[in-house]
Amino acid sequence: MALAFDEYGRPFIIIKEQEQKSRVRGLEAQKANINAGKTVARILRTSLGPKGMDKMLQSPDGELTITNDGATILEQMDVDNQIAKLMVELSRSQDYEIGDGTTGVVVLAGALLEQAEKLLERGIHPIRVAEGYEMASRIAVDNLEHISQKFDFSASNMESLIQTCMTTLSSKIVNRCKRSLAEIAVKAVLAVADLERKDVNLDLIKIEGKVGGKLEDTELIHGILVDKDMSHPQMPKQIVDANIAILTCPFEPPKPKTKHKVDIDTVEKFQTLREQEQKYFDDMVQQCKDVGATLVICQWGFDDEANHLLLHRNLPAVRWVGGVELELIAIATGGRIVPRFQELTPEKLGKAGIVREKSFGTTKERMLYIEQCANSKAVTIFIRGGNKMVIEETKRSIHDALCVARNLIRNNSIVYGGGSSEISCSIAVEAAADRHPGVEQYAIRSFAEALENIPMALAENSGLPSIETITAVKSQQIKENNPHCGIDCNDIGTNDMKVQNVFETLIGKQQQILLATQVVKMILKIDDVISPSEY
Amino acid sequence: MAIDRLLKDEATEEKGERARMSSFVGGMAIADLVKTTLGPKGMDKILQSTGRGQNVTVTNDGATILKSLHIDNPAAKVLVDISKVQDDEVGDGTTSVVVLAGELLREAEKLTMTKIHPMTIIAGYRMASECARDVLLQKAMDNKMDNEKFKSDLTNIAMTTLCSKILSQDKEHFAKLAVDAVLRLKGSTNLESIQIIKKPGGSLMDSFLDDGFILDKKIGVGQPRRIDNANILVANTAMDTDKVKIYGARVRVDSMSKVAQIDAAEKDKMKEKVQKIISHGINCFVNRQLIYNYPEELFADAGILAIEHADFDGIERLALVTGGEIASTFDNPESVKLGHCKLIEEIMIGEDKLIRFSGVKMGQACTIVLRGASVHMLDEAERSLHDALCVLSQTMNDSRIVYGGGWPEMVMAKEVDALARKTPGKKSHAIEAFSRALQSIPITIADNAGLDSAELISQLRAEHHKEKTTSGIDVITGGVGDMEKLGICESFKVKQAVLLSATEAAEMILRVGEIITCAPRQRDDTM
Repeated sequence: MALAFDEYGRPFIIIKEQEQKSRVRGLEAQKANINAGKTVARILRTSLGPKGMDKMLQSPDGELTITNDGATILEQMDVDNQIAKLMVELSRSQDYEIGDGTTGVVVLAGALLEQAEKLLERGIHPIRVAEGYEMASRIAVDNLEHISQKFDFSASNMESLIQTCMTTLSSKIVNRCKRSLAEIAVKAVLAVADLERKDVNLDLIKIEGKVGGKLEDTELIHGILVDKDMSHPQMPKQIVDANIAILTCPFEPPKPKTKHKVDIDTVEKFQTLREQEQKYFDDMVQQCKDVGATLVICQWGFDDEANHLLLHRNLPAVRWVGGVELELIAIATGGRIVPRFQELTPEKLGKAGIVREKSFGTTKERMLYIEQCANSKAVTIFIRGGNKMVIEETKRSIHDALCVARNLIRNNSIVYGGGSSEISCSIAVEAAADRHPGVEQYAIRSFAEALENIPMALAENSGLPSIETITAVKSQQIKENNPHCGIDCNDIGTNDMKVQNVFETLIGKQQQILLATQVVKMILKIDDVISPSEY
Repeated sequence: MAIDRLLKDEATEEKGERARMSSFVGGMAIADLVKTTLGPKGMDKILQSTGRGQNVTVTNDGATILKSLHIDNPAAKVLVDISKVQDDEVGDGTTSVVVLAGELLREAEKLTMTKIHPMTIIAGYRMASECARDVLLQKAMDNKMDNEKFKSDLTNIAMTTLCSKILSQDKEHFAKLAVDAVLRLKGSTNLESIQIIKKPGGSLMDSFLDDGFILDKKIGVGQPRRIDNANILVANTAMDTDKVKIYGARVRVDSMSKVAQIDAAEKDKMKEKVQKIISHGINCFVNRQLIYNYPEELFADAGILAIEHADFDGIERLALVTGGEIASTFDNPESVKLGHCKLIEEIMIGEDKLIRFSGVKMGQACTIVLRGASVHMLDEAERSLHDALCVLSQTMNDSRIVYGGGWPEMVMAKEVDALARKTPGKKSHAIEAFSRALQSIPITIADNAGLDSAELISQLRAEHHKEKTTSGIDVITGGVGDMEKLGICESFKVKQAVLLSATEAAEMILRVGEIITCAPRQRDDTM
């Protein structure tokens, strides 16, 4: 294969141990890659849209995930093919950047690859195809900008935000109570949003789930929920107007990090040491008490003696609270995390209106609610559901909805969903193609066709005759010059998405097109795959 | 060109119809497995564990059966999970929920055969479950106001729950035990203060409820066997050698005499500690950790009953019931709250000696001592009693009840049927199917009792077309009976949870269009 010859005509080897490596090159390599990408897209295609089906994934350890979220499916799928891994990355980056549309981006990339294959067969050079796609994507993004609409919202008028979140949630299993979940998501985002800077820190929204109850019981808590209970069973279960000391030092004897030894060789030393030890515990509790704390939240454990002293001095405490939760508590209550007892001061204490312990079900499940905090910026969404799988899926869906709401706060432009924006872009790109001289024209036209693939998948999943529906919608868009016509997935009777209130965010859509084009370009440029062969 | 490998080796992928089939089959198989345990005449299952010792469990409890199974089918796992959740949340109805979900899947399979899209089925199921729940809400009865009636309701519920279990022979006895225990809780769902002690020997009828607290421990040698008006100090402290906790401390001596001195100091320290404890004015000391001989001797000298190594739960319960606090330091005797009880005595159950604390401060706690012929029997009795206690404590919070014996299912089925007739479109098929699935529960109950289910169900349905009927299946006589007279009741909360989680699970499995199973992680089989 990769043999080269020196000036005397003797062969020499370029790749180390080349016999053991498999290698595909040229058109064959491109086709193999395209095929792999298409296969991944085909798996996700059936999950698209409100009538899309779920996937059941069994992990190597037998854990079960049921989901509809593209990024999650791909992440759990354990793919081996290199190109397939690229598609997984693609979906993941959409997830990180936007949070929603992870399925759509992969389906679009698959469609682009499919079109590219046809072009390659006709003998068009892959680079020309890539360039054509690049131009087309620019046209599509501009068109999106053009058809997008701005909408207004404020803390009091959340209706449009809720509608957009509902569009996201409608494709998930939770669509039974999408309205209430969308409201929860929007309220949560608005609670932590910085409307001045147009930014939202999603870290301030904690999502907790607990099996049991029903989905309708899901609630938004203006405060923090910690899956812990009081360190001593006899501490009070409810504290009003709590002053919270947030500690990252254990209620234990000091453990200096330098290696040392305390030698005991006389009885006196033994006794002083003992006294010191007792005093140490006493001091720790006293220091907390002195600054006026009425609740201690600690990252570490308590010694038995310290625990009793805390109870004794009437100072409720919570132990083994995780670092992230600790930070959230600090933010919510306006307190400071204190690493040493000596540094405790009254100003560093957090304030909360009410702290209470609540128990669930028939088993010993308890959770700690910290509510009415000094700083309301930090909320918790508490999800209930019939089983573990539903809760996990709800968590993912809420996360998507939160991301959508955040994107809208950053940039309040929307486009209409239901495939309407894709069709509109397709029309725009096709029109632009005819004006373009050169080979790229074909690629641009193919791009337009690939864009139609998304509404096509939507129609197929909804059980509609796909080609008829697409052509009808397309002609309607051109005839009425109305870019809001889409696929009527829910059989409502109108295909005007403006009437159906199906929105998506502009940046989400733009990102989808840009990311998909980028990955496809990358795949097209590969003409040689060298992989170590199997043993 | 085929792609060689997209997924890793050994990973499998099932699509569309095949995936759906595999999950239907898995779900139904699980449902069929537990189906025979449903109802008062349901059969038990023997479970043998693969672990060392090959432990055997005999049970009738759906959650216990499913928990112990090793299942590979993903859809089946969903059903196992809902059964577990049902157990955690309401405690009973663990079999019903799986059977109902299985039947919903069976009906859905038939519908998909006739080319109805799963999403349409889901939409229909949702409408149906919504409707069924509304009916259940309407028909539920609430007797919270009437104390007498409420108590009889509780007894009835307990009897209904217990009649399907091993305890059915003595259900009156156990129902009374359970109701008494739960009534003591006064509305809290905290089942921790009800302690269940199992002692093989005797018969089930010998089980009893003790209103005190029984600790499965022996009293130390040479200490009083009986204490009146006890002051109890509950502690969690080291009573062996009190180690120095400061990190890095160690004893280094250079002569034997020093060793002796330190030893004496240690002893002194312990003695001092014991003195401090004694100075609390107690006559009983219960510690979670070990008590060594030396301090035990000191306690015996002072005439104090010292109990060592009580487990964590025991300590917490004891502290709870006697009203004391768990102490770990003993420097301020005046402020430590001591526990009190009227009488501590050693009692004999079978051959074992136990310590009973009676006349405790908190009236909530009680202990149920279960007696029975074998360990398996006791385990099953404990599970059954636990179910009953859970249901009862939930009923204390939500006092609505419905009749049993297939009555709620028939009522719901009737309303759902009516809804199906009103609904246009393909959804109505799914709604009808839901009603059929609901009816399959009374059918299973009848089948398990060896009755002619087809005949019975048709009679029952006719009966239900009259207004305000209370008829259900009377398994004992083998006919249609009046559930109100027979006193067969179930908690509304349990029924509602069964309905909702079964629908949720069926919906989830129906939505699956593809199953991807990753390659199982390689493990060394050392077993």
